[in-house]
Amino acid sequence: MKYSALILTNLLRKKIRTVLTIGSFAVALFLFGLLSVVQGAFNQGVEVAGADRLVVINKVSIIQPLPISYKERLLRVPGVKQVTHANWFGGVYQDERNFFAQMAVEDDTFRSVYPEYVIPEDQWQAYMSDREGAIVGSDLAKRFHWKLGDRIPLKGTIFQGTWEFNIRAVYQGKRTADDTTQFWFHYKYLEERENPYWKGLVGWYTVQVASPDDSVKVARQIDETFSNSPWETKTDTEKAFAASWAKQAGNIQLLLLSVGAVVFFTLLLVTGNTMAIAVRERVRDLAVLKAVGFSDVFVLVLVLAESLLIAAVGGALGLAGAKLLTLSGDPTHGMLPFFYLSPQTALTGFGVALLVGVIAGLLPALSAMRLNVVDALRRV
Amino acid sequence: MVRVDGGGDGSGLVRVRGLDKKYQRGSEEIHVLQGLNLDVDEGDFVAFMGPSGSGKTTLLNLLGGLDLPTAGTITVAGDEITHLSGSRLTQWRARHVGFVFQMYNLIPVLTAFQNVELPLLLTRLSKAERRSHVEVALEVVGLKDRMHHYPRQLSGGQEQRVGIARAIVADPTFLLCDEPTGDLDRKSADEIMDLICQLVSEHNKTVLLVTHDPAAAERAQVVLHLNKGVLVEAQKAGGSAGAPS
Repeated sequence: MKYSALILTNLLRKKIRTVLTIGSFAVALFLFGLLSVVQGAFNQGVEVAGADRLVVINKVSIIQPLPISYKERLLRVPGVKQVTHANWFGGVYQDERNFFAQMAVEDDTFRSVYPEYVIPEDQWQAYMSDREGAIVGSDLAKRFHWKLGDRIPLKGTIFQGTWEFNIRAVYQGKRTADDTTQFWFHYKYLEERENPYWKGLVGWYTVQVASPDDSVKVARQIDETFSNSPWETKTDTEKAFAASWAKQAGNIQLLLLSVGAVVFFTLLLVTGNTMAIAVRERVRDLAVLKAVGFSDVFVLVLVLAESLLIAAVGGALGLAGAKLLTLSGDPTHGMLPFFYLSPQTALTGFGVALLVGVIAGLLPALSAMRLNVVDALRRV
Repeated sequence: MVRVDGGGDGSGLVRVRGLDKKYQRGSEEIHVLQGLNLDVDEGDFVAFMGPSGSGKTTLLNLLGGLDLPTAGTITVAGDEITHLSGSRLTQWRARHVGFVFQMYNLIPVLTAFQNVELPLLLTRLSKAERRSHVEVALEVVGLKDRMHHYPRQLSGGQEQRVGIARAIVADPTFLLCDEPTGDLDRKSADEIMDLICQLVSEHNKTVLLVTHDPAAAERAQVVLHLNKGVLVEAQKAGGSAGAPS
């Protein structure tokens, strides 16, 4: 720590330049944080997908239904442990901008196939005993200030009319990444009220397999089972299904990687140039340090430490800014429910910032290390 | 006793034998020092004079381990430094040499205290010990009350005093002063020379001084002229080391 004054005072030699370089890091890391959050939000389904779950949809498209009679046949496929189903409801709460996922689910099986969603037993019983009961995620309840017992009207878009629900339970996710912005209600309620066309149809099935190692084999068997039928199926692991869902928004990952790479490369040039100027300006000081006995390696580390400090402060500020922005939650109000900067992402960003700091400082540090004292003192 | 004939018995503090230094400038080879011999004892105060380009600063750089000779040996306090590796030479410099530069070469963003403390950062001294050493050094040069001033807040003479404090703070074996009064007015130059003489007479420091200034050289015990790469002992007009100007 006895050298800290040396590092700090050198950084404060040109305050505006240091502040601007730190600012460059802060902006770049803020952008990195934000892009990672957006990418994470798109990939949230992939992250939390169950390794032992398959999603069975109509081969034509996910918006085409499947017959409910498939459930029994699915259960007979070897390797299948449990089957549940769901229907996309697509209702509007007060305003179209208040988007959130609403699904009519098969109660008991849905709960056991998705054990990561935790529902208190008494609330579950209350839900089960109310035909118009609904279960909402904790974040959704928080967003609309809903509480147990509230009556929620949803205007149907796929299923016509106004549908009213009583909130009987609030679920939590076991993991931070679990989506707690959904709205579930009884499939039976949907079946009772829906248009005759929809009777006996479900949106998709979720199949729980006995062994995740058999997922691919079971998926193939399921599709073979229903091939050449009026309702052919397309079965994927839940992870692959979530990934293909995310891809519908375009190749977000490539876009983010491209933007990120350009930002960090620019940052590298800016910081490298700044450090090179900083070293050129104090050739005499570095020569004096060497003359009084500081080693070449010390001078190298000194310049690198300055570069690293700029990177660390700027990086931390940028990531803190990104974190602060995500604290208020999903800015799209439902499109990106998992709008969250994870500690791992922040740590990765900080690591990348330090790496850029080292690389940017390396050439100037090496030139400082190789500085010939006699030449440097003669030059000034 | 200072000798330039190579006849010393080798018991002195500094012993130089057959020192050669050549530079290559384009296709031209410049022979700056030619078979130079020198013996300096502890507590000696030697001034080197000579025309520009005569090799005075080169000699000082070689004695201070900042540069390596083409041939010959330099032995300081029993250590032959001409064969030390770069890092060993750096360590040796930290322990044995105190540099005083013409342009003071203080680090502008550090206070007088921090500038003087620099050589002590290389030691194992505690913070309190470093502080005590720095205060003593600044007291010796009469600037203890300016320890928190930055170089820009000091006059040229004061800056050079801080430079001298930095040179002596780690109690080096000898001081190498490269035209320490070259950038100062007469009054300040005399004060700096008074201080250097005081270091010799009161603290028994060994000082090797390069100067163009006859008045400054006159304060040394011995004046050596460097001409065409060879050292010659000059006759002093008068005065002795430590004598006030």
